[in-house]
Amino acid sequence: MRRYAPFIIVGLVAALAIGGGTIFYRAKLAANPPLKISKEVAETKDTGYALGPANAPIILEEFGDFQCPPCGKLSEPINQLQKQHNLRVIFREFPLPMHSHAHEAACAAEAAGLQGRFWQMHDLLFREQPAWSNSPDARTLFNAYAGMLQLDLDRFKRDMDSNEVQQQVEMDRRRGTLIGVQTTPTIFLNNQAVPPEQLKPENFTGYVEAAVKNAKPSS
Amino acid sequence: MKKDRIEKSRPERSRGEIIFYTAAALIALVGLAEATYLTAIFLSGETAVCGNSPDCFKVLGSSYAKIGSFPVSGLGALAYFSVFTFAIFAAFDYGRARKFFSLTVFTMFAVTLWLLFVQAFKLHAFCRYCLFSAALVFLLTGLVVARPSSIQRNPS
Repeated sequence: MRRYAPFIIVGLVAALAIGGGTIFYRAKLAANPPLKISKEVAETKDTGYALGPANAPIILEEFGDFQCPPCGKLSEPINQLQKQHNLRVIFREFPLPMHSHAHEAACAAEAAGLQGRFWQMHDLLFREQPAWSNSPDARTLFNAYAGMLQLDLDRFKRDMDSNEVQQQVEMDRRRGTLIGVQTTPTIFLNNQAVPPEQLKPENFTGYVEAAVKNAKPSS
Repeated sequence: MKKDRIEKSRPERSRGEIIFYTAAALIALVGLAEATYLTAIFLSGETAVCGNSPDCFKVLGSSYAKIGSFPVSGLGALAYFSVFTFAIFAAFDYGRARKFFSLTVFTMFAVTLWLLFVQAFKLHAFCRYCLFSAALVFLLTGLVVARPSSIQRNPS
């Protein structure tokens, strides 16, 4: 019996580790079901920035972080899709704490929005992401971008620190948290979350185009 | 008289060995539990594991936290399981297990030093899970280095 004891102990621990890990993994998956924007949340006051007609057959709502590289990679495809299919695109701030300049970048976009240049700043931040993400002084770059967009620089600097902008970012973030958003980009098409594997730039356009195609007959 | 001394000393040495390897196995079990937890979290895509700690996000979300699409915590789980297995077999007097036990612990020590270097000098951030695991590996290494010579030289 003593001869087999180590095999039994090791086998038991292996079974416990694999079994316990699998149960925990499944529990985590069950706790994070596919996301969907509930009717109540969808009908709350809309404060995000939107492009395209309000009655577009496809509404694409993105929870994004300007410092997140996958968000940057999807930025241009989303712009193209918006233009080609006249989608309604809504961008919501969801700066992740792991990104040191993400919150400031969100504030920069919102501050630009107060001067009517949200989407221009949005595109610029994504395009220049590698530059400011690695800069120790991203704020100086954001001011430079504001200058490039011919914004009133003094107002932009004030707005970036204003309660209004901070609250806007926080409201978007809360909306995301309420729905269950945990990571970026999280994108909804007509309130249904796009599966993570379809968020790869090579899959995304085809996925949205299929959704557009399906939406057209009924519209 | 001489034979009597040998017969008396042998069981005492075995008890020391059993205590040593049992302690090592228990430490490895704690590490295994932590690494399994982190691996399950990683595979489920959960990101709330860090709470609001940007440093933790920075470390666990970095490219150093995975090899290809396999999490480093998964490798940690395998390593801790190996240490546990070798410790148990060594406690049951399987001679080769002792060699593999020390070898695995020293390999883990080297990898831990590398991971600490990455956190300190490349990511400039530390994650509490990684530090806890590093403490366990240091403890295991300390045990191996400081174990009594009677255990080290015990013939298999």
